[in-house]
Amino acid sequence: MHEMSICESILDIIKEQSRTQGFTRVDRVCLEIGPLAGVEIDALEFGFDVVMRNSVAEGAKLEIHQSPAEAWCMQCAKTVPIKQRFDACGECGSYQLQVTGGEELRIKELEVN
Amino acid sequence: MCNVCGCSHGEVRIEGDPAGQKQDHAQSQAHSHAHDHADHHHHDDHGHSHDHHHHHGEEAHDYGAGPAGASVPGMSQARMIKLEQDILAKNNSYAASNRQYFSNHSILALNLVSSPGSGKTTLLVRTIEELNGSLDAYVIEGDQQTSADAERIRATGAPAIQVNTGKGCHLDGHMVGHAVEHLRPQDGGVLFIENVGNLVCPASFDLGEAHKVAILSVTEGEDKPLKYPDMFAASNLVLINKVDLLPHLDFDIDQAIANARRVNPAIKVLKVSARTGEGMKAWLQWLTAARTMVLAGHQLAASE
Repeated sequence: MHEMSICESILDIIKEQSRTQGFTRVDRVCLEIGPLAGVEIDALEFGFDVVMRNSVAEGAKLEIHQSPAEAWCMQCAKTVPIKQRFDACGECGSYQLQVTGGEELRIKELEVN
Repeated sequence: MCNVCGCSHGEVRIEGDPAGQKQDHAQSQAHSHAHDHADHHHHDDHGHSHDHHHHHGEEAHDYGAGPAGASVPGMSQARMIKLEQDILAKNNSYAASNRQYFSNHSILALNLVSSPGSGKTTLLVRTIEELNGSLDAYVIEGDQQTSADAERIRATGAPAIQVNTGKGCHLDGHMVGHAVEHLRPQDGGVLFIENVGNLVCPASFDLGEAHKVAILSVTEGEDKPLKYPDMFAASNLVLINKVDLLPHLDFDIDQAIANARRVNPAIKVLKVSARTGEGMKAWLQWLTAARTMVLAGHQLAASE
């Protein structure tokens, strides 16, 4: 359940931005979350509404872009798609994979008013 | 509840406040945290109401005060702000300053992670006993409640501080920073940070440690590295604990090691028993090697 902490971190960033950029309402929050970021999207969506209550982002729409999980296969010497961390390379079956994408946990943009 | 520890909501307690008394301390710590946070709110609220009343309050019908600074009928003043900001950036900055502190003081910091009941505290007690003063050991104990673990460590003579995370499921960089302020480890010491028993959340929160060390006991399943891949991917070393029980169990230790390597091909594996002392020598050698790496190039290395 660290999704609540992640929502708190999102709110901290929004508050800081509202101070520096001078907006008073957030209509939309766009996040980029990779499948390997260790975040349960359902739990995040649930936590988001609760944490944003009574803030500039109350009622803001949450938009989540899921980036693909990818790894560098040392045997094939190229990037291959994976589903989980322990997947074998779909082409050669090797486990010598270095994860290169899918760990993103970022606020991409805010639509503000 | 400040920074990333959202789920703990003002219930974080760190032992060792100057007030000394646990109860007082809990309150004063909770107070200072809550105060910080309230302060932020205060700024927010203040800033907003200020703006509303004096600049672009609805009462004044000031159409030029929106974000765009001008009003065009039919057009929204909404705008997009590109951030591309890491959500855990704040925790990461606390972790980075911890890491800098550890580096400046040549302290080897290890983040010990595992499920509850894997034997982390027993392993630490045994480790401190076997170090027998050859290294200055310090311990930060993370648990939701009670200071039972810190008391077990203190019984060995090593300084220990308990951090109670309240509802929180993990330690974060900010809590560890505060705990280090209270604990004041000696330069060149080894700081063991025993995280909350949880194989999920602590994986995402950097504390500024040199290494995460995962502890997997043979009374758990050999498929644990596959079930909780994030933690094993984030760790540099896995200690397979309670190996003295292997004759009584169906645990397939080779499969467990293979599973850990599937998730993290570079992970190192040591088999230990905190109860019988089996494998402790290799673990102490790993510790010494890791500490040597911390000392490398530092002034302290020259003095030893």
